[in-house]
Amino acid sequence: MSDTSHDPNQMTGAAMIVRALIDHGVQHIFGYPGGAVLPIYDELFQQSDVEHILVRHEQGAGHAAEGYARSTGKPGVVLVTSGPGATNMVTPLADALMDSIPLVCITGQVPTHLIGNDAFQECDTVGITRPCTKHNWLVRDVNDLAKVLHEAFYVASSGRPGPVVVDVPKDVQFATGTYHPPRKSDVHLSYTPRLKGDATQIRKAVALLASAKRPVIYSGGGVVNSGIEASRLLRELVEVTGFPITSTLMGLGAYPASGKNWLGMLGMHGTYEANMAMHDCDVMLCVGARFDDRITGRTDAFSPNSKKIHIDIDPSSINKNIRVDVPIIGDCANVMGDLLQVFKAEAKRPDIKPWWQEIAKWRARNSLSYKKNSDIILPQYAIERLFELTRGRDTYITTEVGQHQMWAAQFFGFEEPHRWMTSGGLGTMGYGLPAAVGVQVAHRDSLVIDIAGDASVQMTMQEMSTAIQYELPIKIFILNNQYMGMVRQWQQLLHGNRLSHTYSEALPDFVKLADAFGCVGIRATKPGDLDGAIQEMIDVKRPVLFDCRVAALENCFPMIPSGKAHNEMLLPAEANDEATAAAFAGGKALV
Amino acid sequence: MNQPASAYFMEDRHDPIESHTLSVLVQNEPGVLARVIGLFSGRGYNIESLTVSETENQKHVSRITIVTTGTPMVIEQIKHQLDRMIPVYRVVDMTLTGRSIERELAMVKLRGTGEHRVEALRLAEAFRARVIDATTESFVFEITGNSAKINQFIDLMRPLGLVEVSRTGVAAIARGPEGM
Repeated sequence: MSDTSHDPNQMTGAAMIVRALIDHGVQHIFGYPGGAVLPIYDELFQQSDVEHILVRHEQGAGHAAEGYARSTGKPGVVLVTSGPGATNMVTPLADALMDSIPLVCITGQVPTHLIGNDAFQECDTVGITRPCTKHNWLVRDVNDLAKVLHEAFYVASSGRPGPVVVDVPKDVQFATGTYHPPRKSDVHLSYTPRLKGDATQIRKAVALLASAKRPVIYSGGGVVNSGIEASRLLRELVEVTGFPITSTLMGLGAYPASGKNWLGMLGMHGTYEANMAMHDCDVMLCVGARFDDRITGRTDAFSPNSKKIHIDIDPSSINKNIRVDVPIIGDCANVMGDLLQVFKAEAKRPDIKPWWQEIAKWRARNSLSYKKNSDIILPQYAIERLFELTRGRDTYITTEVGQHQMWAAQFFGFEEPHRWMTSGGLGTMGYGLPAAVGVQVAHRDSLVIDIAGDASVQMTMQEMSTAIQYELPIKIFILNNQYMGMVRQWQQLLHGNRLSHTYSEALPDFVKLADAFGCVGIRATKPGDLDGAIQEMIDVKRPVLFDCRVAALENCFPMIPSGKAHNEMLLPAEANDEATAAAFAGGKALV
Repeated sequence: MNQPASAYFMEDRHDPIESHTLSVLVQNEPGVLARVIGLFSGRGYNIESLTVSETENQKHVSRITIVTTGTPMVIEQIKHQLDRMIPVYRVVDMTLTGRSIERELAMVKLRGTGEHRVEALRLAEAFRARVIDATTESFVFEITGNSAKINQFIDLMRPLGLVEVSRTGVAAIARGPEGM
């Protein structure tokens, strides 16, 4: 045998992929085999460093990897085959791009010589995924594979995190080439995310903060993405300045819900005090959020009298929707660290007592109140009880998308970051169940609950089977109102109560379905039974489908009606038919 | 405020529309042009003209010149969105720097005889356009200049038997000793 045959870096493309996963510390990947990835699956079979979780549908793999990533801070890894395997991944990739979740997705591709020939299970994967990834690669030469894989991990997890795709034709997987471990030169010279904030801008920001009379801190998912240090610094910033703080859906947990400066979530279904504070403030400090349209309401009436400071790692987030006065480009933790240092050295916390008194009046409106009911379980009550009964436990919450998601955000208090996994930007129904699978894979002994709706949960229900196979005791807590509640709510408010196709006439019996999957089914229909049923769900060490029958026509309030500003919220106490009709008067023309 | 009922906030924006010329240095690799064009179509930006060619063969660097239109906020977005793409080295707004030179090349084909031919040649001379192909009944002119000059030339050729035009799109470079 020649010397080269002993070179440990000479290996097939398929072996390089597994080797790269190991070199990047990957312990779990989510995937589904198929023709174009068989060589990689063959390599996986012959090793034990990387555990593969077999899902039931590629979309499930993608969302599971998202849940894994968001709950650990490490990139989630997916392996799927060409053609339909890749196209089924499009939704999770788009979801991860919107919510800045690091994913590395490896797709098989037909052999190089067949690309463009409409071969079996061929699709233009890099073309299809280009707009829904941070970057993607088609690897045509096995000797480029190691470099591309290492760059893929770097791009996914650095700067503003996001999903990447590496498309590997089957002949490249079979071919032998030279592998090298990760090194700096693997990355494009043109990719240089900026981490440190500009010192002059930080000084300007401190001056604004120190002179504020009515300040508010508005934080977002960027703080969670930046890592645990960013959340610690955010808490310190609130402590040092004494400012009120609100957060987007994606940022919940970075500041604890039990903290005394917490205003609750802001935006379309945020609290009255959070939105009023945003509207009336004179200085706004936005950290790692992007002025999304669910947050701002009508942009021409958004916080009209404030000076705005915006910390974001992505320059394209600056001035996209709202003009800001002091943009600071950099990593949240890095910038907040510098900002705190300057503030402590050169500034004094301003006296904002009158502002807090004003906020107290808004708080007293109690915008999350709802009428108690002893006969029917109200969805808000169900979440409140779930929160109470899981308090103090090591709990992770995922959600689907809709009313239940907003209620979960409103009524479940998050004390720590990385505990809340939800599809914010893309709004993907069917996200929560597979995401719970991914979270539980990463945290075997924790309590992982998917707060679900009856409609969303059916979109990826097949992944219960994955949970059974890997003994993942996820709890699927379904707020079952037999409606696509959020869509119905909009039909009631905007489309003359014509409930076009939002009622599910035929729902599965979720308890029997649980039985069929081989997990535990629990049903609760009365408020009096709820606590016992939730306790049973928590205690059982197996996957659970929990059918929580809730009031069918309950709607989600408070809310900012479309075309309205933050100070024109519709509160639950006022949301009778007349007030609702008036609030949505702009829509009457179409009613 | 008479907007239709919608789950989205609909607002009319009436900011002025501006035209900007952007120079973009990119890593020359497969798919890079598709990324740039996809960004424009995907986010609803306009492309008035686009030229691309490798400029530094050794380093595999290509230069893309894009003429685009939009409100000042959209133009700013376009630059940031381009700049954050992985293979993009730099984006420079040539219009903002105010010291750039823009040129375009056009080839203009005319068909005609007699008085029209003579007139076309006279105008071509005034515009410093060169004849690069001729038959007894046609000319092809080559003309270089900024877009306005070329537009004007084409307009003048129209009544003289204009057959077709092929234009390169705008290339731009900054005045002075500095590179981008």
